[in-house]
Amino acid sequence: MKKIILIFRKDFLVEWRSKQIFPTMFVFSLLLILVFNVAFEFRSDVDLRTVSAVVWITFIFSGLLALGRSFSLEKENNAFAFLLLTPVSKSYIYLGKLLSNVVMVLVSELFILPLFLLFFLFDAKGIPLSLTGSVLPFLGVMVLGTIGFVALGTFFSSMAINTKLRDMMLPLLVFPLIIPVVITSVGICSAILEGRPPDYYAFSLQVLVSFDIIFVLLCSVLFEYLIEDSGD
Amino acid sequence: MRKILFFLTFALMVLGTWMTLFYAPTEVVMGHVQRIFYFHMGTVWAATVAFTVVFVASIYYLAKETAKWDTLAYCSAEIGMLLLTLTIITGSIWAKPVWGTWWTWDPQLTTTFILWVLYAVYLVLRSGAGGRGKKARYSAIFAIIAFVDLPVVYVSARIKRGISPVVFGPGGGGIDPAMMHTLLVVLLGFTLLFLLLLGERIRIMNMENALYARAGRGG
Repeated sequence: MKKIILIFRKDFLVEWRSKQIFPTMFVFSLLLILVFNVAFEFRSDVDLRTVSAVVWITFIFSGLLALGRSFSLEKENNAFAFLLLTPVSKSYIYLGKLLSNVVMVLVSELFILPLFLLFFLFDAKGIPLSLTGSVLPFLGVMVLGTIGFVALGTFFSSMAINTKLRDMMLPLLVFPLIIPVVITSVGICSAILEGRPPDYYAFSLQVLVSFDIIFVLLCSVLFEYLIEDSGD
Repeated sequence: MRKILFFLTFALMVLGTWMTLFYAPTEVVMGHVQRIFYFHMGTVWAATVAFTVVFVASIYYLAKETAKWDTLAYCSAEIGMLLLTLTIITGSIWAKPVWGTWWTWDPQLTTTFILWVLYAVYLVLRSGAGGRGKKARYSAIFAIIAFVDLPVVYVSARIKRGISPVVFGPGGGGIDPAMMHTLLVVLLGFTLLFLLLLGERIRIMNMENALYARAGRGG
């Protein structure tokens, strides 16, 4: 556990100081919001399902764009080869990186979220925005969904960086696999915004949590095979 | 052995086609269109076998790192892709008169579509991965994750209820014995066809590799 925290700390500090994920995600999200607004001509008659879909498409697209960079930094100066020299199992390296990526992506999402309120929901009346009723559950789903797609995003960004197609490969690998995250997260978020009781989305929540558990475990096991000792 | 398999497959496929067209009774509600169901089931069954082979071969490859498991996985994925494409096409032809639409996003169709995309990505990954060892390792890892992902996709797609027929599970209706015989013959025929194609594909693959090795040695 301590090893995971150390790797997390290292990655988080590097990220925090070089600021790659955060501005990339933020600016890209702004652009996506702009494009969606123009394309859909959102007026006051917003459909909450569409808003949830737009929120998650923005999170996932901008998140993956940023994650594509997360291993290229290690490639420079061969830093990853040195990381492998440390007496830490590769699974822990993966978990540490996953943790730092999840935190970074979540922080970025928290900054983006108010923009959705501003652009999409400001004149949608009758949405029950209470702290315990909708805000906290919404943030909870945000955490779970983010863990889901960042788990696979982190894993495959270390694979994509070593292929000939590089950055082009990452969305190709990740998008079909995270369909369950998209279906459940969008479903739960729209249910929360519509003010439905938790029973209504309990099943989706179970699927989402199972997805997180299955793929964090599977990826951390397979990471041992993904990374050769040469660092490739 | 190859010849025996070839003739067995040939005989069963001919028999299966005959049974599909003449032996099986005409379904009361759907009429003759329903006959495509036998080949639909045949291809989807063989595709399932193919992708299970990919999954198992990928695990063996990661454990043993011998090239033959990678060859098996790759050849099986290619044939599975072909069979799955046929599944989608036959399913579409069946769906148009029965449901009135070529395509609908019901759980089984969604899952099949995503399965198709996943193995398309698998083949793209192989062509774009780089060296042979890396290619084998990466595609094996992707195949394992994709195979584990599928049930989750199916469960999450079921959140919206679907309309594809469930034939054998609880709630599936009875089936006429003659229909059952036809189905079993076709399923067996497609299983043998898969094995035949797999054997041939692996043979070609090994010949290719031998040729490259010889060309490499000869300069």
